[in-house]
Amino acid sequence: MSTRTRAPGQGLTRTVLLGIPVPVLVVVLWHFGVTHQWELLFGIRMGFLPYPADVAVSLWDFAFGGLRNDAFSGELWVNLGASLGRVGAGFALAAVLAIPLGIFMGRFYVVNSLFDALINLLRPIPATAWVPLVALLIGIGDQATIFLITLSAFFPIVLGTISGARQVPPRLIEGAQMLGSNPLRILYQVVVPASAPAIINGLRIGLGLAWVVLVLGETVGVRVGLGATISLARDIVRTDLIVVGMICIGLAGYLSDRLLVWLFQLAFRGRPLMK
Amino acid sequence: MRESESTVSTAAAATLSRPERQSDIGISGLSKSYGLPGHEVMAMNDVTLDVASGEFVAIVGASGCGKSTLLRILAGFEKPSTGTVLVAGAPVTGPGSDRGVVFQDYGLFPWLTVRENVAYGPRQHGVGRRDARRAADHFLELVGLTRSASKFPGQLSGGMQQRVAIARVLANDPAVLLMDEPFGALDALTRTELQTELRRIHRANAATIVFVTHSIEEAVYLADRVVVMTGGAAHGVPGHIRQIVPVNLGDDRDPSSLEFNAVKRMIADLVHEGSDHV
Repeated sequence: MSTRTRAPGQGLTRTVLLGIPVPVLVVVLWHFGVTHQWELLFGIRMGFLPYPADVAVSLWDFAFGGLRNDAFSGELWVNLGASLGRVGAGFALAAVLAIPLGIFMGRFYVVNSLFDALINLLRPIPATAWVPLVALLIGIGDQATIFLITLSAFFPIVLGTISGARQVPPRLIEGAQMLGSNPLRILYQVVVPASAPAIINGLRIGLGLAWVVLVLGETVGVRVGLGATISLARDIVRTDLIVVGMICIGLAGYLSDRLLVWLFQLAFRGRPLMK
Repeated sequence: MRESESTVSTAAAATLSRPERQSDIGISGLSKSYGLPGHEVMAMNDVTLDVASGEFVAIVGASGCGKSTLLRILAGFEKPSTGTVLVAGAPVTGPGSDRGVVFQDYGLFPWLTVRENVAYGPRQHGVGRRDARRAADHFLELVGLTRSASKFPGQLSGGMQQRVAIARVLANDPAVLLMDEPFGALDALTRTELQTELRRIHRANAATIVFVTHSIEEAVYLADRVVVMTGGAAHGVPGHIRQIVPVNLGDDRDPSSLEFNAVKRMIADLVHEGSDHV
């Protein structure tokens, strides 16, 4: 009965089949909720939602056009590209700053003392609280959005890297020392690979936050982007397009996380990592 | 290219018949205290010991007698509170590849293959990728691990991992080998096998070896001299050298012979005397 005695294909089929009923049920309930104008907890009035079928049509039209022929037809790729550019730039900048800093903070008492207080004071401030100040200092637009993304992704990456660098077994450092590594080489030949699992965890959380903040940054003053699409759809009361924008951001966030994990596995080519 | 190739072949040749070189150790007035000023606990006191080039010295003693501390100071991982250590006439100021260390828990890099682990040392010294790989293969052959070169340490048994650890240190051609209970975590059969192998390597390579163990039999089987340490925090006196016992049993030692057991008993008496009376 256990999955171990099954052929792998059967187990996979079963997993996929078991994954279907709940989402289908949700869509069916959604449809009837709209039809019968259900009122749910928190005062959710389902009558204001678009039908799932309408959302599907709008999603297709947003991606490939030819159905609705409005201002949003076939515009997905331009918007997705703009959003990906902002997330990519902000996230990459955060990683480039946070990983080296985290490695040095995790290994050197002095560096840790210098930056620890600042990081822990800034970390609890949510990105939303930065928005008014950023709007005044930078203005609105690409740079402000990228700044907010970098700021939000920075903290989980730096904290993950610090904890990884601290937990490197002293024995590995001693091994490298007695084999003749200088301190700098120890950092990138021993500390970085030994901290890799913690660094990738920080990166994944950071990338997730980057997408959260993207919408925040694109809500004001940006014309192209998935967040901007949602914002524009709200202004013209197109709930179907709001939901379409949400779905696109969810998918983009999910796929970028998969991509990150895949790149990480590619970089380590199946090498065993520290537990 | 040609130059670095010749470097590797000299390293290989040196393993087989090393030309005389200075690798003597001079330890004088060494002590080590731990803890905050005013509340220090002295772990080791007044250790003075000279080890000749090419000599094999074993250090035995009960837990806490300071034998591992002494080895870690020789390696440069810890600084002594007082006293000096000279290796080949130069003071030890920190870890260095002239003193290869073999740890009880191996300390291999889990993300590197066996071959990459052994090539790691030469790579740190600017040896090219191909030459370092060739040197690694040579030393893996020496410890009988040619067939495992592409595996990762986690895929090997403890005994095999310890062979890798020995090979990676030998690949650096160190003047001194420092071994901290290297066979302590291995089963009896593997342990005997590696002891025989270590004796063979030492005869061929003639590096100076300082070998810490709690097995008196292992010490008598391997060493030219056995340093007996006693004391330690549990006995109220700092760890110190109780006596240094020369082992004049030749090259072919039979652990079941009368002479072997006489030396063993004498050292055992010294170790226990130290822990019971002091």
